[in-house]
Amino acid sequence: MTGLAKQSTPLLKSPVVQASGLVKSFGTLRAVDGIDFSIKPGQCFGFLGPNGAGKTTTLKMLMGLADFDAGSLSILGQALPQAARAIRARVGLVPQSDNLDPDFTVRENLFMYARFFGLKRATVAARVEALLEFSELTHKAQAKVDTLSGGMKRRLTIARALINDPEIVVLDEPTTGLDPQVRHVIWARLAELQARGVTLILTTHYMEEAERLCDELVVMDQGRILDQGSPTDLIHRHVESDVIELRGEVSEALFMTLRSMSAHAERQGTAVYIYTHAPMPILEFLADAPELTIIHRRAGMEDVFLRLTGRGLRE
Amino acid sequence: MSRSIWALPHFRWAAIAVLERNFLVWRKLMGPAIVLNFGEPLIYLLGLGLGLGHWVGTVAGLPYLVFLASGVVASSAMTTVSFEGMYSVFTRMVPQKTYDAMMATPMDIDDIVLGEIIWAALKGLFSAVAILVVAAVLGAVPGGWMALWALPVVFLMGLAFAGPAIIMSAVAGSYDFFNYYFVLIVTPMFMLSGVFFPTDSFPAALQAVVQFLPLTHAVEVIRPVIVGQPVTQIGAHLAVLSGFAVLSFYLAVAMVRRRLWV
Repeated sequence: MTGLAKQSTPLLKSPVVQASGLVKSFGTLRAVDGIDFSIKPGQCFGFLGPNGAGKTTTLKMLMGLADFDAGSLSILGQALPQAARAIRARVGLVPQSDNLDPDFTVRENLFMYARFFGLKRATVAARVEALLEFSELTHKAQAKVDTLSGGMKRRLTIARALINDPEIVVLDEPTTGLDPQVRHVIWARLAELQARGVTLILTTHYMEEAERLCDELVVMDQGRILDQGSPTDLIHRHVESDVIELRGEVSEALFMTLRSMSAHAERQGTAVYIYTHAPMPILEFLADAPELTIIHRRAGMEDVFLRLTGRGLRE
Repeated sequence: MSRSIWALPHFRWAAIAVLERNFLVWRKLMGPAIVLNFGEPLIYLLGLGLGLGHWVGTVAGLPYLVFLASGVVASSAMTTVSFEGMYSVFTRMVPQKTYDAMMATPMDIDDIVLGEIIWAALKGLFSAVAILVVAAVLGAVPGGWMALWALPVVFLMGLAFAGPAIIMSAVAGSYDFFNYYFVLIVTPMFMLSGVFFPTDSFPAALQAVVQFLPLTHAVEVIRPVIVGQPVTQIGAHLAVLSGFAVLSFYLAVAMVRRRLWV
């Protein structure tokens, strides 16, 4: 229950999700434009992408809530959309915005949700108490939903998604808008679920979340998958090992010099980003420029993400 | 591959979970609901039935209080069902996203709409029972125990009014939209369907129009049953109410699918 160590991914089992050539259009907009992916049992699989990339639409198709115009999609060996109801009985959904029932208490929310799965109250009574404990809400069991903080509501929404003891849990931006403490609690709970063998499928635009939780990631933009792999693979494939960030006035001459010394350099407003496998010579060279603020760090998913999707605003 | 909003709905027991949810919420707010359901007709019947009735005397051969009480049983069910199908259903469908939560379970829109329609009709039935009790206490139910036969008819008319109200919720942008339905549909029926006075005083053209209003047919059955008179053309009246119920259920499912499906 408390073990947070990641389970090694069972490679031999057949995938729990198999998608090929999925297309979904809204009018002339191709929200999802021919994507293929497969998710292995017990994996934490992440969809990463800017707003409007098609992540939420993809999750809705996985739940049988959105139709698709072309392609094929099967979950737990059953084809969508035909088996949507049977599939939803074995999957839990944590939606982007909480839709808890405000007329009920915390405990009543869990019991009522079980009823929508056709589960009897007596059958889930023990599970409800275990989920209250899992989400650290036992002391709030009698509280009305409106009196809960944002973090408590999110934990309750996650607990509610587990009421049918699902084999797959789908989470749409599980920690957006939450403070760091709550995010860490939620990450710990999700790791616990994964350790129990539950397959997690999530969307996020927090790179830290993606790097920390996901075994496998796809980076999406404009309805297409740009690349797929483990966070480490993606970082190796797309960016250099080190990043040096400069803040302050960087003259064009200095910028050109830095560019010639590194694999890749770019300006973004008043900041300059230098990507390199060999940071030491550059840092030594920059020691002569004390007026600049210099931050040296390892490259991460954020760098991959920006390299793949560009720095333009998505609105 | 694509789903059609016009596909025929399924009837499944899953709809009961919607009834269960709404009942549990209603039970928490039972106090105010009972005050509304018993208090309002009491005031109506005392004020109009006794007060106005004193000056009116008899209408269609009935003491005015008896005439009025038997009509208000039907009109009150209509109002209750319409409120439930609009304000309450819209709240659950749009701001509260209760249906989104339900749709992430094996429940389908078919089940949700079926459950909501039955629930609204049951609320209408409850308001009718309250009025019958008040009327009986005031001695305005000459039909005696046989008046209870009005209740299944009230339930049927509840089904007939729930569908149209849910259709309004499915197409509404906000609560203000419901003003159209109340002013153009509910209030005219309230005034023209024979609740407060018989429709035979209308000009012929208007008499023809009121024959298209479901409340007219509900009153035509419910009133004689409550006052202990024979019902004429019961088959035709029940057929009209059943037709509204079936057609509006189908359209309500289609419109809610159109709104909530992605």
